[in-house]
Amino acid sequence: MLKDLLIILISSSLVSNVVLSQFLGLCPFLGVSRKTSTASGMGVAVIFVITLASAVAGAIYKYVLVPLDITYLQTIVFILVIAALVQFVEMFLKKFMPSLYDALGVYLPLITTNCAVLGVALTNVQKNYGILAGVVNGFATAAGFTISIIILAGIREKMEYNDIPESFKGMPIVLITAGLMAIAFCGFSGLL
Amino acid sequence: MNDIKERLINGLVKENPTFVLMLGMCPTLAVTTSAMNGLGMGLTTMVVLALSNAFISLLRNIIPDKVRIPAFIVIIASFVTMVELLLEGFIPSLYDALGIYIPLIVVNCIILGRAESYASKNPVIPSLFDGIGMGLGFSFALTCIGSVRELIGAGTLFGMHIMPESYVPCSIFIMAPGAFFVLATLTAIQNKIKINGERKGKDMSKIQSGCGGDCLNCSDTGCTKPQKINGKGEREHA
Repeated sequence: MLKDLLIILISSSLVSNVVLSQFLGLCPFLGVSRKTSTASGMGVAVIFVITLASAVAGAIYKYVLVPLDITYLQTIVFILVIAALVQFVEMFLKKFMPSLYDALGVYLPLITTNCAVLGVALTNVQKNYGILAGVVNGFATAAGFTISIIILAGIREKMEYNDIPESFKGMPIVLITAGLMAIAFCGFSGLL
Repeated sequence: MNDIKERLINGLVKENPTFVLMLGMCPTLAVTTSAMNGLGMGLTTMVVLALSNAFISLLRNIIPDKVRIPAFIVIIASFVTMVELLLEGFIPSLYDALGIYIPLIVVNCIILGRAESYASKNPVIPSLFDGIGMGLGFSFALTCIGSVRELIGAGTLFGMHIMPESYVPCSIFIMAPGAFFVLATLTAIQNKIKINGERKGKDMSKIQSGCGGDCLNCSDTGCTKPQKINGKGEREHA
């Protein structure tokens, strides 16, 4: 049991990294990676939301959708649950944990339609994970996202004053960096 | 009639969602490992886009303004579910190839972007054709990117051998890193066109580069450099 969870943890965070090999959550990955400080803020917020969302989505799937035999509605239900959850988390943090809200608040609305959140919920169902395995998978996926966004932000900070050809300035050079990172992450595929 | 033609050309060329607006990058990179997958994804998205555009336009006076985004999402998710079930039943090979990216069409920012910027303000017929035009533009772009990747990465095109026998496929192009490199080249070309155009004094503000913090607001934020648009971006054109 523990071994299975460990395998999920490693494979979701490193081997099939959510951004670099599955292309989910690409928008925040490219958009919020200019500074390591904002990148790590975003990363923590994503870990928080995805872990919570995979727990809630997993529970709803198991205790509502399966008993009522309406699993074909999963896409609609999951997206609404995620959107509501993010709103709720935002209100909850604002009221009860203002310090945490100050740190994560600005990133929370950005995550609502992050495809990685919905992606994880759907993958959990597709791979028949239970609720615990789903939560581990969610956490690992988000951790993989955080690792890669922080690395990218670090590289971008170093790159800022480099002499880059004019048409490659901005997005293209970031994409090339991401491509090189993806090659590096391919190296993890021998791990399992 | 003119209106319809204008909408189709607008989606294919003037506001091509991939090449000009740079929307919906996640599926663009993920499923373009071959030309066939690219085309399949493009057409699937087109069906959802056209139907949801028409439906949202039909309901545009009924949906209250405050809850319009959740309402749009429910409509889009319903159509995505329908299309997913149809694909599973009738084209299982494509269903298997696209996998999780079919339900993820829900969060494709092109669809919500068009719903918000066009369909919620215009009559049904133009909205339908706006969806078809945008969908065709998206299919065209995905097929192009898929063809390039398949040609370099496997030496084939739509599964047929094109390259000579002696060509050694550069398989990194059909793997994940290749997607980033192809998109990087694409955006570099786009930047070049933009820079040249600005030198000649043309208005290039419509050309976006990359996407912003999330898919929902993708259509009105740029991320790497400040955009010249007025915060609402291409939404203003209607």
